[in-house]
Formats: sequence, C-alpha cells, structure tokens
Amino acid sequence: MDLNTALRELRLLDYLRLLWGDAPWVEPVLDLISIITVSTFCLLIVIFLIWLERKVIARMQDRIGPNRVGGKFGLLQTVADVLKLLTKEAITPVGADWVAYNLAPFLIVMTALLMWAVMPFAPTWIGVDLNIAVFYVLSISSVSVVCLLLAGWGSNNKYALLGAFRAVAQLVSYEVPMVLSLIVPIILARSMSLIGISEAQVLPFALLVPVSAVIFYISALAETGRTPFDLLEAESEIVAGFHVEYGGMKFGMFFLAEFISTLFMSSLFATIYLGGYRFVLGELFNPNYTTGNLAGILIFFIKTFLVYFVFIWIRATFPRIRIDQMLNFNWKFLVPWTLVLVLVVALLDRLVADSGWTVRTLAHLSSNIVIALIALGFARRRAAREKLFEEEFGVAEEIARPMILGSDGHDDHEHDHETHGQPAPAHD
Amino acid sequence: MIDGIVELLRGMGITLSHLFKKPVTYQYPEEKRPVRYRFKGRHELKRYDNGLEKCIGCSLCAAACPADAIFVEASENTDAERFSPGERYASTYEINMLRCIFCGFCEDACPTEAIVLEDKYELSFYDRASAIYTKEMLIVPVPEGGQDTPQITEPGMFDRSIPDMENPK
Repeated sequence: MDLNTALRELRLLDYLRLLWGDAPWVEPVLDLISIITVSTFCLLIVIFLIWLERKVIARMQDRIGPNRVGGKFGLLQTVADVLKLLTKEAITPVGADWVAYNLAPFLIVMTALLMWAVMPFAPTWIGVDLNIAVFYVLSISSVSVVCLLLAGWGSNNKYALLGAFRAVAQLVSYEVPMVLSLIVPIILARSMSLIGISEAQVLPFALLVPVSAVIFYISALAETGRTPFDLLEAESEIVAGFHVEYGGMKFGMFFLAEFISTLFMSSLFATIYLGGYRFVLGELFNPNYTTGNLAGILIFFIKTFLVYFVFIWIRATFPRIRIDQMLNFNWKFLVPWTLVLVLVVALLDRLVADSGWTVRTLAHLSSNIVIALIALGFARRRAAREKLFEEEFGVAEEIARPMILGSDGHDDHEHDHETHGQPAPAHD
Repeated sequence: MIDGIVELLRGMGITLSHLFKKPVTYQYPEEKRPVRYRFKGRHELKRYDNGLEKCIGCSLCAAACPADAIFVEASENTDAERFSPGERYASTYEINMLRCIFCGFCEDACPTEAIVLEDKYELSFYDRASAIYTKEMLIVPVPEGGQDTPQITEPGMFDRSIPDMENPK
C-alpha cells in the first residue's frame, strides 16, 4: 500500500503501521494520534454545533440569528463567545470544596470525550472496537451524573446542590429506559460492539423496532438535558441548577460537555438504529456493495447531523415539562413498556431466528406496532380517568392523592384497598 | 392519544415551515423601519412657502406642555427684519428632549401649526446640555422659492399673525 492508496482510502494509520513496522512504540504512538484527532475534532465541532443550533432555532422563530461576527452568516460568533469566556476570571467561591469544584467541569468534558472511543466513523475508523461497546458507552455516560453531583456539592451553595439533586434524579431515571431500549438492538444484532451492530443491520433497526428507537431517542433527549427535558438548567424558571456558582470557562466546560454528548447521542442513534456508516440504499440495490472509508464517513455524518437536526427541531418546538410529569412519564410509562418490548422482542427473535430477514423484519415491526398501540391505549385510558377525577373533584389527581393519603404520605385511615393509591371517582 | 401524537407532529410541522420563511427582522442601524402616519417623534418648527417662520412666539406650546419641556422667548418683528407674520416671533425656542414625553399637546395648542411632531426618533445624548434642542436645530430648512429669515417685507403685507386655515378634516 503506497501513500496515494492510503490517502484515497483514508487508511493513514494502516499506512503508518506498515511504514514503521512493529516496533513496541508504534501502537502507542498510533493510539495517541487517533486520540488527539478524535478529541480535537469533538472539541472543535462544538463551535459549529452551537452556531448551527442558534441559526436553526432563530430561523424557526422567524429571526436571523448570529450574523455579525465572521461574515454574513456569523460563523465566528461562537469563537468570539469562547474568547470572552476565556478572558473571564477563574473564580472558586469562598467555602467551596476546591477539588470537587474545579474537578467537575474537566471530568464532565472528559467523560463526554471518552465515549467517542468506541464510535465507528467509518469501517476502519474507530478508536477501539470493544466487544462491549454499548456497555462501555452507558457506563461512561453515567459518570457524568457523578460530575453533576460533584459540581453541585462542591459549590457550597444550597441551590446548586438542589439543582444537582434534580439533575441526578432526571439522569438516573432516564438511564433505565435508555439501557432497556438499547437491549433490543443488542438482541437483534447478537453483539454489543458498535461495528457488530452496524454490520448486523441489513435494514436499519429503526425500521425493525421503531418503538425502541423512539424510546431511545426520548431518553437521549433527557440524558443530554435537552428540551423538553431541560429542567437541569431551566433558564426561564430557575437560576441555573447545578452550575449556578460557575463562571467563565469552567461554566463553558459544562456547555461543551453538553454539546459533545448531544452529538454523541445523535451519532449513537445513527449507528445503532440507522445503520451508522453503511449506505443502506446502495446495499439494497447492489448486494455486493461495501462502504469505503470516505463514503462511510460522509454517510455517518449525514445521518448524525440529521438526528442532531431533530434535536434542535424539537427544542424549537416543544415547551419544557414539569419535573413530576417528567418522572411520571419515565417510571409509569416508558420503563414498563420498554420492559414489555424487551421481553417480546427477545421471545420473538428466538422464534424467528432461523427465518430470513423479511420474516424477521415483518415480525418485529408488527409486534412493535401492536405494543405501541396497546401502550397508547393504556395511556389514553389513564388520561381519561385523570380527566374524570379532575372534573369530579376540581383538582388534579396528582395533587389530590397526597391529601387523601395524609400529609406524611402514609395511609392513616381505613381505605378501600382496591382503590388504594389510585382513588377512583366517588360516583362508582 | 394517537391524536396527541398527531398534534405533536403538527407542532413540529409548523416550526419546520417557519424555517423556510423570510425572517421578520429589521437590521436596525442599517435598515430602518418606516414609522406610522401618526407617529410622534422629534419636533420640527415649520415655515411658510415664502420662507417665513410659522411660529409667532405666543408660548401657548410652553403653557400646554405637561412636562415643562419648552421654553419660548418672543421678540418684535419689524418690516425691515421680519421672521414671521404678525407682531412677534420666537427669538429663542428650546425643547429639553430629556423632559419631553412626546404627548403632542404642543402640536394641539399651536395656533399656527408651527410645531409638529415628526418621524425622527433617534434622540440620544452624551450629556444633559446636548439634550436641549435649540431653534436652529428644530426649524426646517427654507423651502424652494422661499427666502431665509429675517426678510425685508413691504409694510402692511404680513400684519396678521394667524393665517386663514381650513377646518380640520
């Protein structure tokens, strides 16, 4: 392989490996090169992501958005903002836990960057092809919860601590449906490696198991703290949540991490549910088609940015929901139905494992649609019951229930056990 | 519940359709939005077509001003040095723009329609002294075919200080 082929096929690391032989220092140096490339890319793309978000949201709100710094389209607006943040004084509040306070912003960026290690940008463009990549991603992303708590605790501010509690409640809750919905593609692909999952998708998994994809998307919204789940720092209601005491670039670090992990969640969705770097249409029409590195990286980023665009689109459309609505939606709707979905998919995939892709696709798709309809039917009945309660008593059931049960939440009175916890309207 | 999801998607459709609409923004310092017909901006002191000032220095505007922003000092007109029709003209006319509330009462009080609130609204100053607009700053330029004041006029021609006016439409 000469340099030209290496450049054309974007396989520079393989070329360097050939060039340098198998000396003991070669692999660490190559690893270092990939680490630096991927992290620099992630840190720099954030400049573009923030610009994109501001511009798209502005246009959706009939505004122009940034258009002064850096030419007609305001491309350098974020650069100016970062420069401003960098010139600010780095403050550590009096009484703050110095280590926790200063460690949190860096740790959270590190966790956001670490997740990219297993992301396949193209067939041979991957940091490490871990066989437990999905597990790795989930475990690293839960470290960010620790960072939030560290920031809230280290700030020596009760509001920051309360914000951190709220953030942890949200992130820990939504990790459950996220993990459960990711089990579905793992079952279908029989692999936890992201390359394995990509290669297993003859059809994108979003077409096989759309319910799992939607649940993953919703939990990804909540995990990254995006609208409508942006209670972590609900700008218009509370001050800032866990990072209320942060300023300057330390504050910027939290935003940096948020944007990196949002992009990562988009690319994870693209990889697991949309086929990642694979050009599915080409493969359908030509069975011998294999995606090269250049095409792979293009397709990967087109898919990733389409998913990212939907993130922005949702932010421009939906209002923020309340914290009780958010947690109710998670524990009473998402988690049970994701469990049902996992069970059904596991059983069904066992039954149709030996059949062709058409049978598998049809079986999973129909079971998904049935589950979605049943779940929506249950949700509808629940909503109707709550409406009835509210019409009967003039107060929402969620507000009334603690009153009925007594202020300490315990059931002090003699209660009909069939209606316990779910008081039915009195007329029946 | 299906309806609910349809409604969510409809909302997203609306935001998406707005993505392709023209923004409503005016790029203000470069691009100014035209003001409305009855907008009340900075005052102007008007002239007649022959160049004579409409203001006769009667101080009715100053009397009507609720913010006490107007100061008028009148002097005598002569046929050799005529500024406005009639006996007197405003030798000093000052409006303190920091006091003015742009209510337009001066406009209503003026018997000769000399003071009019026009369309200029960019009034900002670095100090209080420059907030006082003098007669030279407020008066409009001499119209075409007119003469600048003071004019030399024939005796008896401009005895009447208030012109014949049409009824308001």
